[in-house]
Amino acid sequence: MIRIVTSNILRFLVLTAIQVAVLNHIHLSGYVNPYLYILFILILPFETPKWLLLIVAFFQGLVIDLFVQTPGMHAAACVFMAFLRPLIAATISSKKEYEPGIQPSIQDLGFNWFLTYSAILTVAHHTILFMMEVFHFYEFAITIQRILYSSVITLILIILSQYIFYRKPRNIISGKI
Amino acid sequence: MRNILNFIWKNHFFFLFLLLETVCLVIVIQNNDYQRAAFINKTSEFFASVNKRITNIYDYFNLAEINRQLSEENARLRAQTITSFNLTDTNTFAINDTLYKQEYTYIQAKVVNNSINRRKNFITLNKGSNHGIKKDMGVISPQGVVGIVADVSPNYTTVMSLLHIDSKISAQLKNTNHIGSLVWEGINYRKGKLNDMPTHVVLHVGDTLVTSGFSAIFPQGIDLGYVLDFSLRNGEMFYDVDIAFTVDFNNLAYVYVVNNLLKEERSKLEKKTAHD
Repeated sequence: MIRIVTSNILRFLVLTAIQVAVLNHIHLSGYVNPYLYILFILILPFETPKWLLLIVAFFQGLVIDLFVQTPGMHAAACVFMAFLRPLIAATISSKKEYEPGIQPSIQDLGFNWFLTYSAILTVAHHTILFMMEVFHFYEFAITIQRILYSSVITLILIILSQYIFYRKPRNIISGKI
Repeated sequence: MRNILNFIWKNHFFFLFLLLETVCLVIVIQNNDYQRAAFINKTSEFFASVNKRITNIYDYFNLAEINRQLSEENARLRAQTITSFNLTDTNTFAINDTLYKQEYTYIQAKVVNNSINRRKNFITLNKGSNHGIKKDMGVISPQGVVGIVADVSPNYTTVMSLLHIDSKISAQLKNTNHIGSLVWEGINYRKGKLNDMPTHVVLHVGDTLVTSGFSAIFPQGIDLGYVLDFSLRNGEMFYDVDIAFTVDFNNLAYVYVVNNLLKEERSKLEKKTAHD
């Protein structure tokens, strides 16, 4: 339990640092900005209480907001994403059963599951974020464009990070130990 | 109550979500200039219309205060009109530089009591000797002459209105300058009688009657009424003229008390001449 908490806190710090130090300065073609830090919310353990999910997401968003100086925007997006997370996780079917101890990761639930899961939540997050930023519905097409491009970049980074940080697949479920 | 709490507890995830999103939105709007501007833009239309309604209502309650201010201003302005000044003789050497000398000032007052249904009607005003009102001053309203000050206490004044069977005001036909005297016969509060109008004067229905300025109570040219009807009885030397008052005595709110600055000088002189 303590190990899970500390590893999540560590992940929180590392992802925030990467986001703030590196990714915030990447502006592909001027406006496409990857937001990898949401990975933290994506791969919180399934056992996390729902209310804690919201609080943690709120806090995560707020910390990013403080660095980016956009108070409230990332927080709102993260809370919305955290709100959707249990719903999405329950909706997407996986060949593998949810069991205690498994994590929302490619290693535990498969590439397809994880891609769908993270894609939906990323788009949800980015939608709220960019809508908050422009704060109106004019030029909706441009906003949609930004949402989609940024989502794609973020998603690529998320998938990559999965392969970088979890090189050893834990084949608990498939039985190959 | 318990059910509500149960409901909230059951759906605490959703309510927590709503709460946090609301907090986020508040933070966004409070801390980001652009979002705040956009938010205010969207909402201001709504709030402006609500505010307008509220202001309309408040305006209504403020009417009394606004009326008071306006009538004070009117009194001030009236004191500056040409009828308030006496043309000094410019043929003699002028000791004053000014062409005009102030003759009348006006004290604004509110009607606090009024009657129209008696034979002797009086009006009470909310100002008295403390405010410079003295006996026998004239009282006018924006529509015309109201009456003459009958009695003064430190803070109140009673006015003998035109609707008093003993009231008698020197009146002048506006177009021909003929003089008569205006009285009230004690019946209809909108109608008076004009006496002493000689038969050689050509009268028309609708002719306007104004104050003559002979009495030193009113400035010249304040509206009194207009001719409703006139008839000539055989053998009489004067017309029988019905006039309508310009002032609606049933609807008096603010009046001005006329203060003739030169009245004493004038009456003293006139008295002296009469004695001689």
